Amino acid sequence: MNTDQPLISVKNLSKAYKMGDIEFLALRNVSLDIEKGAFAAIMGPSGSGKSTFMNLLGCLDAPTKGEYLLDGVNVLSLGKNQLAELRNRKIGFIFQSFNILARTSAIENVELPMLYNNSVKSKERREKAMNALKSVGLADRAQHMPSQLSGGQQQRVAIARSLVNDPLVIMADEPTGNLDTRSSYEIMGIFQQLNDKGITIVMVTHELDIAQFARSNIMFRDGQIVSNTAVNARKIAKDELIKLPVINPSEVLT
Amino acid sequence: MRIVNLLKIAYRSLSKNKLRVLLTMLGIIIGVASVIAMLAIGQGSKQNIQSSVASLGTNSIMIYPGSSTQGGVRMGAGSYSTLTKKDAEAIVAKCEFVTDVSPVVQKSSQIIAGNKNWHTMVVGGLSQYFSIRNLKIEKGNIFSSNDERTAAKVCVIGLTVSDNLFGANGDAVGQFIRINSIPFKVIGVIERKGQNSFGQDQDDIIIAPFSTVQKRMLSTIFLNSILASATSEDDIDKAKAQITSIIRIQHRLSPNNEDDFTVRSQADIANIFGSISRIMTILLACIASISLVVGGIGIMNIMLVSVTERTREIGIRMAVGARGRDVLIQFMIESVFISVLGGLIGIALGILISMLVGKFGGWPVVITGTSIILAFAFSSAVGMFFGWYPARKAASLNPIDALRYE
Ligand SMILES: Nc1ncnc2c1ncn2[C@@H]1O[C@H](COP(=O)(O)OP(=O)(O)OP(=O)(O)O)[C@@H](O)[C@H]1O
Ligand SMILES: [Mg+2]
Repeated sequence: MNTDQPLISVKNLSKAYKMGDIEFLALRNVSLDIEKGAFAAIMGPSGSGKSTFMNLLGCLDAPTKGEYLLDGVNVLSLGKNQLAELRNRKIGFIFQSFNILARTSAIENVELPMLYNNSVKSKERREKAMNALKSVGLADRAQHMPSQLSGGQQQRVAIARSLVNDPLVIMADEPTGNLDTRSSYEIMGIFQQLNDKGITIVMVTHELDIAQFARSNIMFRDGQIVSNTAVNARKIAKDELIKLPVINPSEVLT
Repeated sequence: MRIVNLLKIAYRSLSKNKLRVLLTMLGIIIGVASVIAMLAIGQGSKQNIQSSVASLGTNSIMIYPGSSTQGGVRMGAGSYSTLTKKDAEAIVAKCEFVTDVSPVVQKSSQIIAGNKNWHTMVVGGLSQYFSIRNLKIEKGNIFSSNDERTAAKVCVIGLTVSDNLFGANGDAVGQFIRINSIPFKVIGVIERKGQNSFGQDQDDIIIAPFSTVQKRMLSTIFLNSILASATSEDDIDKAKAQITSIIRIQHRLSPNNEDDFTVRSQADIANIFGSISRIMTILLACIASISLVVGGIGIMNIMLVSVTERTREIGIRMAVGARGRDVLIQFMIESVFISVLGGLIGIALGILISMLVGKFGGWPVVITGTSIILAFAFSSAVGMFFGWYPARKAASLNPIDALRYE
């Protein structure tokens, strides 16, 4: 691993969606480097290609053309099985809609990536899953089913799942899109903690205030990057949570 | 290591979808059980026919009036009137390959004893009739040649007749019965033979001397049939040929005339019955296969209905690092488990149904290993295929397409 080279490096990445005869170019020659330890927030209007870009970065989809190096590995030259291993070991992906298995307890959901990872012994598995749940503050909800958890808690299960194989990078597509402000800030708190520990984070968001928790903001428009700027007054989740007004039920009634 | 994990994954998935597993299994259970039960019933009737045909005496030969090409074997009385007692006597005199010969006449009659009455077939034959048909006497005696000569009003009755006229414990021997108003003395009771393959009660019969039935009840010179038994099983064909030529001479048939009678051995009849029961087995097997197919469609249905949910699940698994192969193996383990367990339950249920049919339906059943293997293999294949097929489809998608699948 070369410390000089960026963790993520894409050049002229394009993605065309085919619908019958019509081709729609959702990404147009996007080039971007993301350094190790970065915390980037991707913003842009709806339909500008943010999710498309994230899915390519997360190796969930294949581009139409371009280059993509992840941690020095040429991703586009890999076969299906190697991509699966890459997703398993190096990437933690978080979805707006959580995508955790229904009727499966929180702890079993967190264990899932380790079941596809041979280097994790079965004895370590439960312990590692428990630690991951602890780090997102859900140790006491380990046996709960998704239907017994709030949206914010489900998203934290998904984060614990993404962490459990010690990935290099966490990719999150609108992780707070379905959550209220408090839950969103809590998620940001977790992200900032992870980022402080050296994990790279790339996150898509619609909300300006959420983007302020990142170190840099990347703007998308019509399938292209229009700006990439550092965040000036970066918000710290711990402080912001304290500032949030506590809603007192009796006050609301009066 | 990997397979242990996949087993764990499959186990978790199965235990989380108990209802779906159960419904899928139900299709297999019903398919397997019905095939086993149907084939057991078919096989049972086949063996029953074989054994009851054999119990009639393997050496026996029957001669019926009427040509076989004019409409096959005539079981009914008096369809054709060509055979007479003289033909029977000619066979006795000239055929070297037969031991016993008996002319047979029969008439369906009303029987009265005291205040009871019964309707049954009265057969007239010689005393040889008993040995040819392998009938044994339980009580009393059969009639003698003297009874035959004098057309004595004596008879031997079957157990069903005895039970109905004299009660289950009554002693019929020595009693008098009226057959079509003519008084007959019962001199013997025949040992129980049970039902034949067609469910006909072989004990519902009265046998009287040939001359008695012919002269006192029928007043016709024509016979319903002639029964004979060959000297040995190997001589049956020779006996048949000789009987044919003897009767042709008797009937003065020129070479270009067809036979006006039919000679059949027990083996011929066994073959005919054998092919009847084969057809029946095939029919039952068809019904059973239909239920297997319907079961298969049920499995398919449930699998396809769950495909949306499962495709999303597969997308999630692939997003966290499952390879296409991992997904396939997981689904194979699940389908094998469902099909094998369903198959085993189906086998147990099929055997149970067969035994119940045998016990309460009075129908013989024979469960064969082939039918078990056949049903099990087919339904397992269906279960596995339809469990595996959606998984294969989903596993070949991009993870993101599987996640988006609606
Ligand atoms: N599977 C697909 N097939 C066809 N077109 C698609 C597909 N996915 C996305 N698109 C199109 O590509 C464009 C970019 O979509 P994308 O989902 O990347 O937008 P986005 O920036 O994530 O928007 P949002 O903020 O609403 O999530 C859109 O115009 C969309 O209609
Ligand atoms: Mg999007």
